[in-house]
Amino acid sequence: MSDTTLVSRVGAPVVVPQAPPGREPDVTAPQVPSPRDDKPPVIDTPASAVAPMHVVGRPLAHHDFIDKVKGSITYAADWELPGMLYARIVRATVPSGRIVSVDTDKARSIRGVAAIVTAEDVPSNQLVERASGGLGELLVAMPVLAHDRVRFAGEPIVLIAAETQQIADDAAELVQIEYEELPGVFDPEAALLADAPLVHDEGNVLVSWHIQRGDAQAALEGADVVIEGEYRTQHVEHAYLEPEAGVGWIENDVITLRVSTQIIEHATEIAEILALPANKVRVIAAYMGGGFGGKEDMTVEPYLALLVWKSRRPVRMIWNRQESVLASTKRHPFVMRYKTGATKDGHIVAQDVDIIGDAGAYPFLSARIMFAGAALSCGPYFTPNVAVRSRAVFTNNVPTSAFRGFGAMQVTLGYESQMDRLAETLGMDKVEVRRRNFLHKGDLIPTGETLDTAVAVEETLRRALARLGDKSVPSGPLKRVGRGFGCNMQPYGRTIWFRDRSSAWLSLQADGTLLIRSGVTDFGAGQAASLCQIAAEILGVPLERISVYIGDTALTPPAGGTFATRQLYMSGNAVMKAALSLRERIVPVAADALGCAVADVEFEDGRVIPATSPGEGAGNPEGISLGELVRLCEARSVDPTVLFVFHAEANHRGFDPATGQGGSFPDYTYGTHAAEVEVDLETGEVQVLKYAACHDVGRAINPLRVEGQIQGGAMQGLGYALMEEIVLDEGRIASSLFANYLIPTSDDMPDVMVDIVESGEGKGPMNARGIGEPPIGNSAPTIANAIADAIGCRPTRLPITPERVLDLIEAANSKAALGSTGRPDPAWR
Amino acid sequence: MTPQQVTLRVNGVLRDVLVAPSDTLLDVLHDRLGLKDVRYGCGEGVCGTCTVLLDGDPVSSCLMYAVQVEEREIVTLLGLLGEDEALHPLQEAFLRLGGSQCGFCTPGVILTAYSLAERTPRPSRDQIRYELGGSLCRCTGYTKIFDAIESYLEDRACIEEQALN
Repeated sequence: MSDTTLVSRVGAPVVVPQAPPGREPDVTAPQVPSPRDDKPPVIDTPASAVAPMHVVGRPLAHHDFIDKVKGSITYAADWELPGMLYARIVRATVPSGRIVSVDTDKARSIRGVAAIVTAEDVPSNQLVERASGGLGELLVAMPVLAHDRVRFAGEPIVLIAAETQQIADDAAELVQIEYEELPGVFDPEAALLADAPLVHDEGNVLVSWHIQRGDAQAALEGADVVIEGEYRTQHVEHAYLEPEAGVGWIENDVITLRVSTQIIEHATEIAEILALPANKVRVIAAYMGGGFGGKEDMTVEPYLALLVWKSRRPVRMIWNRQESVLASTKRHPFVMRYKTGATKDGHIVAQDVDIIGDAGAYPFLSARIMFAGAALSCGPYFTPNVAVRSRAVFTNNVPTSAFRGFGAMQVTLGYESQMDRLAETLGMDKVEVRRRNFLHKGDLIPTGETLDTAVAVEETLRRALARLGDKSVPSGPLKRVGRGFGCNMQPYGRTIWFRDRSSAWLSLQADGTLLIRSGVTDFGAGQAASLCQIAAEILGVPLERISVYIGDTALTPPAGGTFATRQLYMSGNAVMKAALSLRERIVPVAADALGCAVADVEFEDGRVIPATSPGEGAGNPEGISLGELVRLCEARSVDPTVLFVFHAEANHRGFDPATGQGGSFPDYTYGTHAAEVEVDLETGEVQVLKYAACHDVGRAINPLRVEGQIQGGAMQGLGYALMEEIVLDEGRIASSLFANYLIPTSDDMPDVMVDIVESGEGKGPMNARGIGEPPIGNSAPTIANAIADAIGCRPTRLPITPERVLDLIEAANSKAALGSTGRPDPAWR
Repeated sequence: MTPQQVTLRVNGVLRDVLVAPSDTLLDVLHDRLGLKDVRYGCGEGVCGTCTVLLDGDPVSSCLMYAVQVEEREIVTLLGLLGEDEALHPLQEAFLRLGGSQCGFCTPGVILTAYSLAERTPRPSRDQIRYELGGSLCRCTGYTKIFDAIESYLEDRACIEEQALN
């Protein structure tokens, strides 16, 4: 038993009882691991709250946000260069077929067409993704431009660059491609059947992960209750408001691209495609108009590079919105089958989980996404016996890849629906059943790793529920109000066998200003701005005297891309350690100048000052400016510049796909969302009345930006839960109009109330945890659980549209009419 | 199609530009006149990133031809800046309260809010929600956008009240 003190953002520290759940002896079978091994209780967070700081922890608005509210920021599509051409991609119109012929003669004959590129022109026409890091996916090459075979409708075949966009578009219309259509497979479960058409000769199963711990089969057999459930999710579009875009040119014989991308390190892959040495390609990342994972794989880059290389002129490529909806990668639809075994007092003894993800036509990052789905499939609950299988399966659908949450967000619907059903089956309180199973620091997770930071999920649950306030009264006789909540854990940082690293280069200049250079890319979440706040905290440089240069393979040290909620963790640590190292280097010079001890030098407001109070013999109580200090350093040959490379934890073991055990992720962010909904029994419409979200971020570097991430993530999650779906019919997208892809507007959802927990334990700088991806995961189970509470039947398929809600109600009624155990007929019928 | 010269009045400045009858106002403002705060987002009039004020009303510039708007008053977000690029108080509120994340929707959102504030002294939060329906934001979840607009309206009301007293 232990008490945990957490600090509230808005109030005094609160003491939260964090009693670990009971650790009863094993009630299933002696050889099967019990709900909790006999180990001492562990303290989940240190007793100290996070200590206040000067700059970190304040809701400061600076850097790129100033340009954004002015309107003066320039995105990837906004640069113009002399003689610039405009590009268009000709894409496949069939989902599965053989290319019989490609005729570009008519297109070529139009005046103003400057370059046409087909598969034959591409020096190395293949991309081989190794997303699992060599742990067992099929190695399947994806052509840059299709040559003999097309595998999804939207696959690029021909590239055109012309003097105007209109000419490029007109020429694209004149390219004639003849196909011989081939049988396709459009459902991942159908693709698993023995006689299914092969999407690739290598096979339809890209990867099959297993995570094994204990004996799930035996534990399920011995369990007091077993809950079985099947859950399905859908194709989802990122719908960043800035479509895929970029401008490329040749400078000093280097193919240079300024693009909207999360990863500038794709430069090496671009060089491989062009058969150029890697020093001949440079990638610059513009500030993105949204990414959400959709700009983690290359989008325009290889096509833009090919057209620049072929035409030897600057080229601009913007995918139009309809093209983006048609052909950009989507979120993986999951089919999840859960068997959850528990004791009669609500302790989980086993989870058996089977996950099938639709990878679409090519690998992209599916192998790693399905790993994350498997690793996180048991959620923030202690599960002694685990058997998880997670497969990525090829189909002739649009390819799927990274999208905020990365496989770990789809499974929340599975494990949180199961928890509610477990509580219902046992007649237990839904909070209590979770309390009895929550993970704690020191616990083993399904991969066999020990959690080594605080798990404050229970506190997030308490606060999220508290924010809902009094229950609303239904607005009419045929309306039902219900409440639900969903807890989650989401990794931050890359899968650890990739041995992640990030670098930052700090230079204090002769006038006391600071330059930060780091190859990070910026979505708009404050990736660059947070680096300034961290450096300002340590070096005392005012924010307006710091400039940060990001995202350029030529000029900034590599930081490894913005994905996997890794930038604050990785580059934040790199900047913090670079700043500490710089400070350590120059502080002796400062101490000499101030006539005080090194330990008494304070860095504040662009000055160094002695901490000793006046009259205590300090040589220079006023201190000196950082500019003066830099000049003193230079006179002594002390270099006020530091390049620091931060390595993620290196003392890990890799993951062993054979045993299903081993290292997975560096750490996790935990949270809970809670909602109140009103369901219209006549129309099936679901109105979200109240929504609250709470996450433990370790320490909030900028609380305003943390809230923004949580609110935005929750809203994307609400769209995913209730509205969004890319509908495919035999591999063809039913509509590529943005008007037909509904994302939440300002008028659809309530405000998202936010509470931030700061446990003071995280692996980021100053004990922060990442918050980019985590808040999108909770919304769907929160809403599904609230709807189940309102109408007594449970949605298991996303999105939960009015039609599906009506079907649920109808099914429950027919069941009741047949005298089965379904819920009684609602009084209104 | 024969290009023709049109005179556009953008952010208070008259600009002569040769346009084809089929050139959208968006393409002319973004590509020809260098106004990068008017952005292509969907080309369907759905998302709101190409919003400009036309004689004070928010319109989607992707759905208009440049030849349609000769001599009419066009204001883009950059047009709200004061002397020495001073932020308009509404822009200030967005900056202070986190109403902008990736920033791509920000011009359309602020211009729409500005137009609402010009027409209505104290719109309710629900009115703000309704009015912004044509400006999609994928990052913020809208809450901080509403906060910023309400804060601006409150500040403005205070200033007006003080002026009366």
